[in-house]
Amino acid sequence: MADFLLIYRNTPAASAAAFGTPEMAQQNMQRWISWMRELESQGHLKDGGQPLEPGGKMVQGRSKAITDGPYAESKDLIGGYSIISATDAAHAAELAKGCPTLDGDGSVEVRPVGSMAL
Amino acid sequence: MVAALTRIFGVHNLPLAEDVVQHAFLRAFEVWKLRGVPENPSAWLMATAKHRALDIVRNERTARTFAPELGRLLDTEWTMAPAVAEAFSAHTIRDDQLRMMFSCCHPQLPEEAQIALMLNILCGFGADEIAGAFLVKRSAMEKRITRGKKVLAKSRKLFDLTDVEFSSRLDTVRRGLYLLFNEGYHGSSARVAVRSELCHEAMRLVAMLMDHAPSNSAATGALATLLCLHASRLRARVNERGEITALAEQDRSQWDAALIAQGITLLEDASVGEVFSTYHIEAVIAAAHSHAKSIGDTNWGVIVLMYDRPMSIAPSPVVSLNRAIAIGERDGAAAGLQAIRDIADRERLDAYPFYFAAMGELELRLGNNAAARARFADAVRVARNVTERRFLTKRLAGVPA
Repeated sequence: MADFLLIYRNTPAASAAAFGTPEMAQQNMQRWISWMRELESQGHLKDGGQPLEPGGKMVQGRSKAITDGPYAESKDLIGGYSIISATDAAHAAELAKGCPTLDGDGSVEVRPVGSMAL
Repeated sequence: MVAALTRIFGVHNLPLAEDVVQHAFLRAFEVWKLRGVPENPSAWLMATAKHRALDIVRNERTARTFAPELGRLLDTEWTMAPAVAEAFSAHTIRDDQLRMMFSCCHPQLPEEAQIALMLNILCGFGADEIAGAFLVKRSAMEKRITRGKKVLAKSRKLFDLTDVEFSSRLDTVRRGLYLLFNEGYHGSSARVAVRSELCHEAMRLVAMLMDHAPSNSAATGALATLLCLHASRLRARVNERGEITALAEQDRSQWDAALIAQGITLLEDASVGEVFSTYHIEAVIAAAHSHAKSIGDTNWGVIVLMYDRPMSIAPSPVVSLNRAIAIGERDGAAAGLQAIRDIADRERLDAYPFYFAAMGELELRLGNNAAARARFADAVRVARNVTERRFLTKRLAGVPA
């Protein structure tokens, strides 16, 4: 078993759709909670992670230029992350299929977390 | 939460307060979906709102004026945090919710606007939910709420409970809560006849009045009684399909005994002393029904007596109708029909389905089946929503050929 970082990306349209009304927001939250519970009950959930709010800064290159962003309207804005454990990347990707962000046409990037273990 | 935030921001910044609440909920959805719902969700929401309020005060205190009452307290870092924390303390929140309730029942606002404001600000209902409940277009309801909030903003701070206007405002608040409850209990909504959420919100708000000594008066107690006793029948009154069952046919084992007990206790407490308000009259009538094991067992004498009392509000044709029905029960169907015929202005009941239904019932008891059928058909004709139509059509179908 190894650790994998799941990076959630949502489209701006899908975000708006998920939070259109309080009922939709509630339903959306319920779907996430069910998926997380499923991962947890099967022993795959390492860390539920955190959401990432938009409105940060970018520090770029040798000039160390600071710009505002990314913004909520950006395509492929990272919305948050979680850490799961799985046998390999293929397995982790299978587990990621249950993520609700996919229903809104978002994506889940699955990256192995480098380990110091020998 | 909105009430607590207006204590900090001032009532003129109500939109800002609402934004902070909105933001707290959005953050909640984002965080809870990854980390699960916390053990104490409302504490989490409060803490989030409090932090954001502090941020706003810190960042915008040169650009905005906040609550005039807090004034200098918001000017420095070390006084601002305790002032914000104080606004979020349990007893202050209760006070502010009460003050917000009184503010919403502003005499310059029409009653529907007062109720809409209470539902929106105190109960968190959205404009389209309220529009649906009151059979009004969403845009009209939004306008109503916006106009209401403008009136609130003009006063710059929440109603002061020690104001000389307290008693007259309390009357308005009671009436608003009474109307709110009735809207949920009887309702004229297109979707469902009964909306228990409105009843429960009204009861929650009346409980706040009861918890506060100056508003815990006999009339308030009688109103609280009335709401408890009617609410005790909700489960028997409407089934899962939304069909109403008349009082006479309700399965009384479904009545909530705890609510009835609570109502009766409240009525006893409210009956000490000399005040006998219109709410007392309705409460005694409701209690007469609650005490009876079946419709046949009911003390109709007491009920007619209550209807015969001079009331401080002008009697309405619907009230006269209910009195006539009670007379029909106490003195027989012929007397009931005569009492209905004696109602002054009874043409005003021509759009009220239960007027025709009552006559139908009485004709049926006298064995005048043809007349009964005609009256029930009239009732179906003026039914105001699907639930009423279903109920009255069943009645019509039940008349023997």
